Amino acid sequence: MLNISGTQINFLKVRVITFILSAILIFLSIGAFFVNGLNFGIDFKGGTLIEIETSQEIEISGLRDNLNTLKLGDVQVQEFGSSKNLLIRVEQQLGGDQVQQDVVQIVKDSLGSYLSTDINFRRTEVVGPKVSGELIQSGAIAIFVAVFAMLVYIWFRFEWQFSLGAVLALVHDVILTIGVFCITQLEFNLPIIAAILTIVGYSMNDTVVVYDRVRENLRKYRSKEITDLLNLSINDTLSRTIVTSVTTLLALLSLFIFGGEVIKGFTFAMIWGVIVGTYSSIFVAAPLLRYLDVKREWNTTSAVDSTR
Amino acid sequence: MLYFSNLKIFSVLAVIIITLLFAVPNFFGKDQLETFPNFFPKQQVNLGLDLQGGSHLLLEVDTEEIIKERVENLNADVRRVLKKNNLNYSNFKVSNESLKFIVEGFNSEIQKEISELSMSNSQNILAMGDQTNLIITQEENTVQINFTEEFIKQSVSNAVAQSLEIVRRRIDELGTREPSIQRQGSSRIIIQLPGIDDPDRIKSLLGQTAKLTFQLVDTSVNFDPFNPSKAPIGSEILASDADEEFKYIVKKRIMVGGENLVDAQPGFDPQTNEPIVSFRFDRIGATKFGRVTQQNVGKPFAIVLDNKVISAPVIREAILGGSGQISGGFDSEEANDLAILLRAGALPAPLIILEERSVGPDLGADSIEAGQFAAIIGFIAVIIFMIFVYRYFGLLADIALIINLFMVLGVLSLFQATLTLPGIAGIILTIGMAVDANVLIFERVKEEIRNGSNMMNAVENGYKRALSTILDANITTLIAAIILFFMASGPVRGFSITLAIGIFTSVFTAFTFTRLLISLNAKRLKPNFVGLSKNA
Repeated sequence: MLNISGTQINFLKVRVITFILSAILIFLSIGAFFVNGLNFGIDFKGGTLIEIETSQEIEISGLRDNLNTLKLGDVQVQEFGSSKNLLIRVEQQLGGDQVQQDVVQIVKDSLGSYLSTDINFRRTEVVGPKVSGELIQSGAIAIFVAVFAMLVYIWFRFEWQFSLGAVLALVHDVILTIGVFCITQLEFNLPIIAAILTIVGYSMNDTVVVYDRVRENLRKYRSKEITDLLNLSINDTLSRTIVTSVTTLLALLSLFIFGGEVIKGFTFAMIWGVIVGTYSSIFVAAPLLRYLDVKREWNTTSAVDSTR
Repeated sequence: MLYFSNLKIFSVLAVIIITLLFAVPNFFGKDQLETFPNFFPKQQVNLGLDLQGGSHLLLEVDTEEIIKERVENLNADVRRVLKKNNLNYSNFKVSNESLKFIVEGFNSEIQKEISELSMSNSQNILAMGDQTNLIITQEENTVQINFTEEFIKQSVSNAVAQSLEIVRRRIDELGTREPSIQRQGSSRIIIQLPGIDDPDRIKSLLGQTAKLTFQLVDTSVNFDPFNPSKAPIGSEILASDADEEFKYIVKKRIMVGGENLVDAQPGFDPQTNEPIVSFRFDRIGATKFGRVTQQNVGKPFAIVLDNKVISAPVIREAILGGSGQISGGFDSEEANDLAILLRAGALPAPLIILEERSVGPDLGADSIEAGQFAAIIGFIAVIIFMIFVYRYFGLLADIALIINLFMVLGVLSLFQATLTLPGIAGIILTIGMAVDANVLIFERVKEEIRNGSNMMNAVENGYKRALSTILDANITTLIAAIILFFMASGPVRGFSITLAIGIFTSVFTAFTFTRLLISLNAKRLKPNFVGLSKNA
């Protein structure tokens, strides 16, 4: 039987190590962001994406060479899940929105004459420069709004110290998630923004549970040393933190393995986010409270009372 | 807390059963549903285009073109008025949104005349009670004329509304299954076409303005079609539709336009068997057409579509019946499409395709299958894990989880929300996160038992204490889902919907259904039921 209840692990003892670890990871992420940058998909970069399925296996390099003679700029061809499924990406063409539309026809014609097999066009996406610019903007705004909304909510429900700690942990998670996409160069597209927003929600959810317990223990043990109190709170909630993370990861892993190629990047981001979010609520958000001078005298009639 | 009155039990079960009823239709085919009694819900979950296959197009009305046209009309009006009053003007400049010129003797009389002419030429655009659509400023002899901002806005808005109507007509003509055509923002149109994965034909239909005009060919000058000289004033050089290199020189004056057409049908020329489009004018058009053909027998008459000459047949005799035919060397599909375009009418401005997303039916079906399989595996894994950790209570949470899943499906069907591939991901994520509320409660119960409470009190207090935590934790995720809903569109929006529904149903089931199950078994509960060994 799994029993993680009643643990007494000294999480705060390792806080220097975990802070340094987090700092290194953040540094790496920011570094990768400026060195590699994000590998934007067509949602944000504009361009054309065509997914085809063929009845026979195709030699990719030959097809790539053939498509690169079309003078459409950079054309990428890659396997997508199986050797009969190919993904063709054509970079955005100069000359505005209308020009992008011609690409599909040119590529389709060329594929038809080059490949001797049956071609099933499974997916065609064309995003013009106007829309891609707007999508990147609204995606960035969405993440900022979400983080800000969390800041306000936690401030409202707790105290500013908690709010600051939670948001720092949140920013930590968002940076590491964007960082992993910079390092792996996995395609960064619209669903990844959705994943990051969900991570924001999930990570906050985890942090709130720990903070809730911290607040409760602050009322219960008025003279307890803050480090011990934080340790106690993390241990109290550890079992829940692990169980929920495991069930969420089980569901996500299943989606990652069986859910198909289209949604893989999204699921990867979510899995990474759940791991980072769980880590940060234990090793970043809670230990941060030690430095933030949390209020010890809680008013027991406060609206946020949970220890009646 | 553990006591449930009969009324409470009844209402909890009623809510659950009703929601579940709405999920039921999804497990039957459309034909089977027909045989269900009338009171039974028959709505199925709406599948997004990424799951059922289809095409999404985002178009934008070229508003610059509309303003340009307005300014050109104004230009003509102003010059006419100046000429009529024998005023000499110089430095006439036409910019994007205004006219500027130097003139002597410009006074309020003339200003009034320009205003009135412009007003009368824009009757259909002006809002009720508008006094003027122009701002005329004069500084010594320099005059500048602008449209009011209100008028520009109204012009664009009208053009977009009109475009929407014409797009709808063109698509309806093709007999597409349940198309959705909506306006977005000030100048955009979103088209959703379920079941169409190759929208080439629709794109080409929408890509044409389809402005049809009949103009006389200018025969007054010697003209080499392959090497045109400059057109005299009042004429213009237009390319042939079939051959870009072949030019025509036609008079600018439009004799009859497409707006006077009442019908256009594809057909075949009985003599040559060539595809043609035959058309019919309304009364005004027929009169105009009759007069022109009467006066110009023996001369070529150009049929112009979107500034390209389809053909320029010689008028053999006056055509007074108000109908005619166009032949221009097209195949039968082209003839058919041209007829559709002419019937639907011309767009007030060109449409630009900003975004296209098309998914074939195979990929959609594959996605559903993969999503279902992933959901089942994830579901089984979570169920086993929960029983492993919480034993009997885990089993209760699992029952709640199953109910929960069907409730999500029921709510989706009830509100006719759209299920997309990211939406399926949202449901699977919900499977993982929905147990959280129960986990929080069970952990509290365990703690209470360890602190020496008896089982009943432990459960009672566990629920009490976990409440505020559960609310706080779920509200944060809900905030993220709401922001996503408002910022995103298309498939990603579907994710925020399932995520939000999942949050509500999971909190609901944890606080009502699981608690109900526990309370019904309250007397028989033992500590090991929640995963604690007896000596803990």
